[in-house]
This record gives sequence, C-alpha cells and structure tokens, in this order.
Amino acid sequence: MAISSKPIVWGPFAAGGTLTAFITPALILLTLLAALGHAPDLLAYDRLHAFAGHGLARLGVAGAVFLSLWSAAHRLRITCYDLGLRADAVVATIVYAGALAGTGAAVLYLARI
Amino acid sequence: MAEEVSRKPYVRAMTWRWIFRHPRYVRYMARELSCLFIGGWTLLMVWGLKQLAEGPAAWAAFLEGLQSPASIAFHVLALAFAVYHSATWFRLTPKALPLQLGEEFVADAAISGAHFAAWAALSLAVLYLAGAF
Repeated sequence: MAISSKPIVWGPFAAGGTLTAFITPALILLTLLAALGHAPDLLAYDRLHAFAGHGLARLGVAGAVFLSLWSAAHRLRITCYDLGLRADAVVATIVYAGALAGTGAAVLYLARI
Repeated sequence: MAEEVSRKPYVRAMTWRWIFRHPRYVRYMARELSCLFIGGWTLLMVWGLKQLAEGPAAWAAFLEGLQSPASIAFHVLALAFAVYHSATWFRLTPKALPLQLGEEFVADAAISGAHFAAWAALSLAVLYLAGAF
C-alpha cells in the first residue's frame, strides 16, 4: 500500500480552516477597532501582557498561529498551482517553511513575555 | 510507445486568465485569495507579539502603527476576505460532515445553519470578552 503524506499536510489545513472560519473575523474586528483609534480593553498593554503570560493562553495563541499560518500556506500553494505556477515542490517548501518559521517566531516571542 | 508516436505533444498553455471565464471561477479565486489576508494578518499579529514582549513603549508604537491609512485599508479588506472565507467554509459543512440520524440525513440547511449560529455566538463572545462593547 502506498504511503501518502497528504493527511499530514491536509489535517492542519482543515483544522486551521475551521479555526479561522470561527474566530478570525472577530479577531480582525478587534485590531480594526484599534486601527480606528478605539482599541478594545484587551489590547491595553497591562491586560494583554498579563493574558499572554498565562500558560494556557500561550499554548492557545501558539496553536492558533500555527493552524492559521499552515492553512493559509496550504491554500497559497494550491492557488499558485491554479495560477499556472507548476513548480509545486518549490512552492510547497517555501510556503510550509514560512508557516513553520512564523510559528517558531511566535513561540519565541511568547516565551519572552 | 505513446511518446514515440507523438513527438511534439500539444501542451496547453496554462495561464491565470481562466479565472475570468466564469463568475464561479472568480468567486473560487476570491475564496482562495483569502489566504493572503488571513496569513498576512496572522503574521502582523506575530509582529505584535514581538512588540508586546519588548515592553510598553514598543507595544504603544505597534498600536500607533496600526492607525496608518494603509493598515486601516488592509484591515477592512482582511475582514471582508475573512468573513467570505467563513461563509464559504460553513456553506460547505453539509458536504464535509453529512449527518445521518436513523434512516434520514439531516438537512443541509440545518448543518450549515448550526455552524453559522455557532460562529455568531463565538464572535460575540470574543468581542464581549475583549471589551469591544
């Protein structure tokens, strides 16, 4: 039986797609309010710093960053193929590496908070 | 064998122009391009984490930077694309998660409707807990 790596790539894509569908619009609305000069209470330094210092919140943020970046990376890979860019192995390496690098950076910054 | 017969096989040029051949393709591409905005916004938040870790001054500079016209335009577009991603994702749930109760399948509208309701409840909870209202 052929062993496929598809589920490994596709699992986080589906999970990330579901997670971003449920919470990303509300989260973007929070930073849009901040962009319009009406930053919600949570975005005040003391509150957000205390929130991000909590172990469970850190785990949640890191997980959300990973799933969001991975699903975006997977979609970008498929979109590149659809748009005629057929160097799939190169594209896949770049986008997945980017998602992992972004997650790594998030973990690093969270650890410093 | 086949290669020997057709020495110069016709390879159809693949371009991006097919997108505009049908409104359905445009909607498909709009959905797929949501990844640029969701991914881009997430990377912006990773940058925000860096600023948060550096201290109150760096965080204040981050919030200040969010208020630039380019950032506001990006946020409005990102919100629109994120909402479109959610709508398309939940509209597909009856295909991805068909639910059978006894002999009957649960109606498509009930499955996607439940997801839309959960989305609304979660969004309100996030906005409320963050102190947006």
